[in-house]
Amino acid sequence: MTKKVLVIPCSGIGKPFGTIGRDATLRVVDELRPGKAETNCLSLLVMGDEEAAKQVKGSLCIAVDGCPMECARKNIEAAGGKVAVHMRVMDLLRENRGLRPREVTFLDEDGEKLSAILADRLAAKVDELLEDRR
Amino acid sequence: MKIRPKIGVVSCSGECCGLGTLSRVATRLILEGVRPETVTLCLPLFLAGDSGEREFAQRFPTIPVDGCHRQCAKKAIEKYSGPTAADVDVEALLEEWGVEQPADRRVLGEADVELAERVAAEIAKRIDWVQGEQGA
Repeated sequence: MTKKVLVIPCSGIGKPFGTIGRDATLRVVDELRPGKAETNCLSLLVMGDEEAAKQVKGSLCIAVDGCPMECARKNIEAAGGKVAVHMRVMDLLRENRGLRPREVTFLDEDGEKLSAILADRLAAKVDELLEDRR
Repeated sequence: MKIRPKIGVVSCSGECCGLGTLSRVATRLILEGVRPETVTLCLPLFLAGDSGEREFAQRFPTIPVDGCHRQCAKKAIEKYSGPTAADVDVEALLEEWGVEQPADRRVLGEADVELAERVAAEIAKRIDWVQGEQGA
């Protein structure tokens, strides 16, 4: 097992939810928990890259999905990884009904707020997973 | 009257670096204004086995937009739906132009957005070429 938690978002491109999941993931790995969390390309993983496959099989994984299709979870599992935590942007949206993200390419204010909330939750999950493994 | 064929554009997911972010933003710029008649396929959904996405790429010309030389989007389309109509390798374009990839993979600066617009113009050239070929 590697010492870092692997966070993989779906990066869906059709609606704001995929952008929110991706943005929150990058906040965690680059800003909130650098050195404790990392990410990799979902497409690289699914296309059979050996290094990516080794990484996913040897890591505690968090799947971050934008929509109910759950592509991140399905693709991680298809690549032989085990999803320790599954986060869904749609669930977060239900808890924050006042926030209505509309922009996909560059997040608007509500999208940024949801990304920040999700990133905090993801960071907490990273801490929990690393603590549990001790 | 010429009927222009429907064209799909597929960005790689590209979470590992700024090249993936450029690819994604350039693809979105195509849909939002450069060539709004274009449609996008969701690569994670395509990879997860969605029959609608895969069937689209079998029936209509599809252009993968890959952030790096590994070209995951292109390989995925070729594997599951057949040959691509054209392709874009953003890393190769940046090498050709002699410019660096964005330093931040989450937030693009002003110069990075201009770079994404330049990549979008390259995608548009390929769309026009494919439409010309298909409509000929």
